[in-house]
Amino acid sequence: MSELLTQLHAFWSALTTYWVSLPFGWQLTLKSLAGIVAIMLPLILTVAYLTLAERRIIGFMQVRMGPNRVGPWGLLQPFADVLKLVFKEVILPTNANRFLFIIAPVISISTAFAAWAVVPFSNGVLLSNANAGLLYILALTSFGVYGIILSGWASNSKYAFLGAMRSAAQMVSYEIAMGFALVGVLMASQSLNLNDIVLAQNGGFSHWFWLPLLPLFVIYFVSGVAETNRAPFDVAEGESEIVAGFHVEYSGTAFAAFFLAEYANMILISALAATLFWGGWLSPVQGWHFLEGTSLAFLMHTSFIWFAVKTCVFLYAFLWFRATFPRYRYDQIMRLGWKVFIPITILWLVLEGAAIVLKIPPWFA
Amino acid sequence: MVQTVVFIVLAAILVGSALGVISARNPVHSALFLVLAFVTSAGLWILLEAEFLALVLVLVYVGAVMVLFLFVVMMLDIDTDTLRQGFVRYAPLGVVVAAVVVVEIGYVVWTRKLGVTLGTPVPHAANYSNTRALGDVIYTTYAYPFELAAVILLVGIVAAIALTLRRRPGTRSQNPAKQVRVSAKRGRIRLVKMPSGHGRGGEAP
Repeated sequence: MSELLTQLHAFWSALTTYWVSLPFGWQLTLKSLAGIVAIMLPLILTVAYLTLAERRIIGFMQVRMGPNRVGPWGLLQPFADVLKLVFKEVILPTNANRFLFIIAPVISISTAFAAWAVVPFSNGVLLSNANAGLLYILALTSFGVYGIILSGWASNSKYAFLGAMRSAAQMVSYEIAMGFALVGVLMASQSLNLNDIVLAQNGGFSHWFWLPLLPLFVIYFVSGVAETNRAPFDVAEGESEIVAGFHVEYSGTAFAAFFLAEYANMILISALAATLFWGGWLSPVQGWHFLEGTSLAFLMHTSFIWFAVKTCVFLYAFLWFRATFPRYRYDQIMRLGWKVFIPITILWLVLEGAAIVLKIPPWFA
Repeated sequence: MVQTVVFIVLAAILVGSALGVISARNPVHSALFLVLAFVTSAGLWILLEAEFLALVLVLVYVGAVMVLFLFVVMMLDIDTDTLRQGFVRYAPLGVVVAAVVVVEIGYVVWTRKLGVTLGTPVPHAANYSNTRALGDVIYTTYAYPFELAAVILLVGIVAAIALTLRRRPGTRSQNPAKQVRVSAKRGRIRLVKMPSGHGRGGEAP
């Protein structure tokens, strides 16, 4: 036993000396790779269980059981789904553009995951502490629309093409309102770095940006729902009109990739709403001194748990919307985006600018 | 060393995709090559520590402009044969234009090279923010040119809308505010009181 321990110890010290001897570039590359794996694996698992949560929660909202057969409480259902999808054949439609047809889900999924590089999970815990993190996220989410357009066009199918057109117009329209909402956050926090944005909201529940930027917060989240093509903005899929929209011709793993991208984007929008407007990993009861010394004192610490809880609240709202609202008509979607959201955001930016110049406490002091 | 390799790879992809833009037969492929060209040039700008410009290039050109381009190109049914008909006729003019552009670019590059001795660029500190540096310059030294550009863009937007906005009579567009204000009492239905058994048919069955 002790021999094994000494061997392990020797192995560990050899490993550390080897690590120190590596050039800086290699260390950075290896660290980044480890970070990517540490983000990707939990993210994919979260996506898997989000699909189950969605079916169960909507099931309860509609007074039925939802999937409860595979494993205890249906907990193995996501894995059964994945196995089913992986073993299905990927069918290439006649006259489809082969290269674009295959690259489209890859674009969707890679942009959905790449945006996570700048999301702070706890104070300073993020893959890339980029100065222009917020811009990076905007740029990458705007990239996601290519996966949808290309899949619709390359499928050589009328339904897919219609879905792609609807979705492209919708995503481009709502991106503007979303961008303006983010400009409001940028003005309030004086920074594009997501970690600094969270730190700028330091000071408890009422110091978070949702209060001074309330209209922008609502607009951001609703635009996020529209951006991910989720109900009630799911005309891009529109099961009852255009079957399933842009991914109607996809099957097997290619379909799974689109599915994964949609859910990863949902989690991303929720995480960003939590980071930008709900103080990310900050505690809501920060500064409640009467909690000190009691058994609830741990609630006052900043931690990853708060970030996860806030993200889950937004994710629940996604599911809740889907179970509650009927689908918007297409002209109503366009009207809401262009004629309601964009004017409100611009107006609020002007008001916010005035508040910053006048240094209105406690947010802009 | 690493930067040189990254530069060469990105530059090679950039030149290749730029060639693809003008040589691809399918207009959708051309547009996608243009997207690739924008993304690789954004990569080159990141290499130059101009991350704000790089991300804005992706955001504006890739995320908005090219999406609309693709949107239009996919809807068009372009007949490449009719497009190629005038090729020989217009080729000399094209060659002249190309030659002028090449001479201009060559002249600029040549004189720059002659006048300035290029030193090795010094990388900025880790806390250097390209966004802040740009903002500092744009809102102080170049405030008027910046605002002028903004006004020109605004005029462009107004002009584009004015050119395409046509009032067509007889469209059945909806006014949501009016729809929301609707109430049954204000002239939508007429309630008629009528004693039972005295309808138009006489006696009740």
